[in-house]
Amino acid sequence: MAPPTSSNPLRLLVALGVLIVGLAVWAFWPGTDSSVRLGLDLQGGTQVILKPKPVTEGASITEEQLTQTVSIIRQRVDGLGVAEAEVTTQGSGDGAVIVVAVPGVNQDRVVDLVQRTALLDFRPVWGLYPAPPSVDPAADPSASASSEASPEASPQASAEASASPDSSANAAGEAAPLIQADANTPEFQEQVAALDCTNPLNYTGGRPDDPQKWLGTCDVTGAAKYNLEPAFIQGTNVTNANAVLPQGGVGWIVSLDFDGDGAKALAEASTTLSALPECGIAGANPCNAFAIVLDGVVTSAPRFNEPILGGSAQIEGNFTAEEARDLANILKYGALPVTLEPVDITTVSPTVGNDQLRAGIIAGLLGLLLVGIYLLVYYRALGVVAVLSLAVAGVILYLTIVVLSKAIGLTLTLAGVAGAIVAIGITADSFIVYFERIRDEIREGRSLRQACDSGWIRARRTLLAADFVSLLAAAVLYFLSVGSVRGFAFILGLTTLIDVLVAFWFTHPLVVLMGRSSWMQKGSKWTGLDSGRLGGASVAGRRGGRSRRSSAETSPSDSSTKEVSA
Amino acid sequence: MSRIGNLGHRLYAGEVSYDFVERRKRWYAISAIILLLAVGALLFRGLNFGIEFRGGADFSLPNATCSVEDARTTAEEATGAQVIVTETASGTVRVQTEELTAAASSQIAGTLAEACGIPKGEVKVQVVGPTWGEEISKKALQGLVIFLLLVTIFLSIYFEWRMALSALVALAHDLVITVGIYSLTGLEVTPATVIGLLTILGYSLYDTVVVFDKVKENTRGVTGQSIMTYSESANLAVNQTLVRSINTSVVALLPVLAIIIVGAGLLGAGTLLDLAVVLAIGMAAGTYSSIFIATPFLVDLKERQPEMKALKARVLARRKQGRSAAGAAVGTESASDDDAGVEADASIGRRTESGPRQQPRRKPRSKR
Repeated sequence: MAPPTSSNPLRLLVALGVLIVGLAVWAFWPGTDSSVRLGLDLQGGTQVILKPKPVTEGASITEEQLTQTVSIIRQRVDGLGVAEAEVTTQGSGDGAVIVVAVPGVNQDRVVDLVQRTALLDFRPVWGLYPAPPSVDPAADPSASASSEASPEASPQASAEASASPDSSANAAGEAAPLIQADANTPEFQEQVAALDCTNPLNYTGGRPDDPQKWLGTCDVTGAAKYNLEPAFIQGTNVTNANAVLPQGGVGWIVSLDFDGDGAKALAEASTTLSALPECGIAGANPCNAFAIVLDGVVTSAPRFNEPILGGSAQIEGNFTAEEARDLANILKYGALPVTLEPVDITTVSPTVGNDQLRAGIIAGLLGLLLVGIYLLVYYRALGVVAVLSLAVAGVILYLTIVVLSKAIGLTLTLAGVAGAIVAIGITADSFIVYFERIRDEIREGRSLRQACDSGWIRARRTLLAADFVSLLAAAVLYFLSVGSVRGFAFILGLTTLIDVLVAFWFTHPLVVLMGRSSWMQKGSKWTGLDSGRLGGASVAGRRGGRSRRSSAETSPSDSSTKEVSA
Repeated sequence: MSRIGNLGHRLYAGEVSYDFVERRKRWYAISAIILLLAVGALLFRGLNFGIEFRGGADFSLPNATCSVEDARTTAEEATGAQVIVTETASGTVRVQTEELTAAASSQIAGTLAEACGIPKGEVKVQVVGPTWGEEISKKALQGLVIFLLLVTIFLSIYFEWRMALSALVALAHDLVITVGIYSLTGLEVTPATVIGLLTILGYSLYDTVVVFDKVKENTRGVTGQSIMTYSESANLAVNQTLVRSINTSVVALLPVLAIIIVGAGLLGAGTLLDLAVVLAIGMAAGTYSSIFIATPFLVDLKERQPEMKALKARVLARRKQGRSAAGAAVGTESASDDDAGVEADASIGRRTESGPRQQPRRKPRSKR
């Protein structure tokens, strides 16, 4: 008979080794975060799933609207000052949902924040100031230093403004509440003066303002500070906004259309405002500009040059195409292109999350242990190969999850952990199919070496077909589902791929190498492949003691064979 | 151990053979009864949907010091409506209420935490709108249909349409039984249950594909001989993969059982436990159906083909001939009933060996 002609098993093992080392280097590259990103159900936090609905009945949701909504929500969540908040969309079109995941925040605040439609309003500018707090810097020598240590900056400022009830919240790294008042009182002005617009928490937005009240806030870049009068037009009055490049014009402009109420308000406001003196840093109060305020932060503050009576306006400035488009989008969608309905709100405390992670790990290890014992007892030496293969598959899975956490922001959820545990069984099955094939080949009288190769050729086909079905299920689940189902499907698909890799590059080469060893050739009963256990000549000799039993087992089949032949 | 190893050999050689295919009427009857029970339960009892499907709020209070009654009184006072309160083995009190606003749920979480002597931050809260479950189910159903379509195409190309159809029948069998058990026992259906059901799809088909691959191998060129009928070759295939099927089921169920043990002991109700329970039921049904339903059903389909009918007639005719010849020669037919049976089976085993054995022989030559 010909010697086994399959590719060199050593070469495959080395290739796998290189792959694992490569993954490990990528996963644990110094200076990068090499931990597995955990989902909220494992680390604790709040997750809100929002279903966007079109504002007008029967309309559909466009990708553009979704993107816009997500970016507005992201801005608001970032405004909470929490790191690692995630805002993602799942699905597309009318079936899409937006998933907001915030680690460790009280749920009502998050829900309240993301669900509210973004607030866009137009306010006359009363005063314009430089960004740093301008109140009596000598009173506190640490004021300038504290502007860098963000958690301290705001309580400092608000304490001086004698509005300190929220200082405890600020200590947690959150932005200060908006500075709003019913009237332009000296106290309010003092608060505005104390506001520190160099602190990013104060100009990230995400804190919708009350349009009926005065507002002290920052420019979106943190470059300037405004004292703003109550709004004269709200975002809902804007019917359309577009970025336009006027013929013969120098730069891009944004054109705006208002509905009836908006047009009227605009006409009044522009008439009053355009008569006022020019705005400037620490210039006249009030002055001739109006501010476009989105979620509590000034996006743009154009001047009125003349009364606008027609209900449509143009905002000129030296806009680039991108700036003009962004501003138009904000104006158009500022009041959120969609309404958001929270369909699922889950809050998990960090303790429960940890418990679940621990339980998942214990269940996984226990499952591995049980499967390992079973395989060792049943397949003996081959069982060792199977257990090693499972271990290799486990290592590759872990490394891949770390790498994917880095590369594409994969988070491991409880459903994913469950997927991995379930996959133990499916992975082990590949080995079982292969081992049973080898045994079949030996039963047919082949030598061990031949059996390892020819058994593989047959098992390979079965494996690929069966794993393909598994992969298909995982892929369909992943692309069509929402929420936790996705995490589960992803891990299941990943483990199926790893299963194929390990079977081809580890299990098979290792079995072939073992098959060449003289110990396996001799067929000790510990190999799991001894001809005594598998049948052949020796069985006949040992059968005597059990012949009664075996004939009892065979008899039903015999009688039925007769039925067929009768 | 070695006895099982031996059994494996005898199953392979056909010395020991269980008539999975020949007695299919019996398995069909058993399955039909179970399926009727399942469908009946579904129609009359329905399913116990979790709050993810009904809409509502769910508060989990770990290590609560309050009694179930205390929690109930507190929650009912706070919501002004009836609530469901349960306590798990691990000391977690679970309160389920009607749908609440986010603000109200936060307030009630605070009240409950106070009443049960735990910090508010420890309370796990979930609030679900009534449309969310519909959304999940719709997506799951959509996924199911597309998956079935794709898998039918794949199996039809890789095997043939009859095998695809049989695999789908076995799959439907598993799903209906699993859902039926949920209906009968009143276990809560959560999104995790839906995930589990979808996993069973993959697992059940995976299991069937492995058995069918062996059937395909055994029945290659089956019409070119007159020793075995299609059903006998298929039955041999099921027997030959029996050890694999048992081992696979054990190995697949062990981790799932580990989840159930750990889940019930340490966690109480939750995603892991829900998932494990549905998987345990589905995997058991999946193993049963790939042996007792899928292959027998395939045989039913195949033996309607004219060439398979002709084969059966040929085999039976030949056997009759052989038997009467043997009977004439020995003359003690009634005394050696068992032996004749074993002999017939053994020859079947040997014949099948000769089929596949040619293939590897060819292989080395072509590679040389």
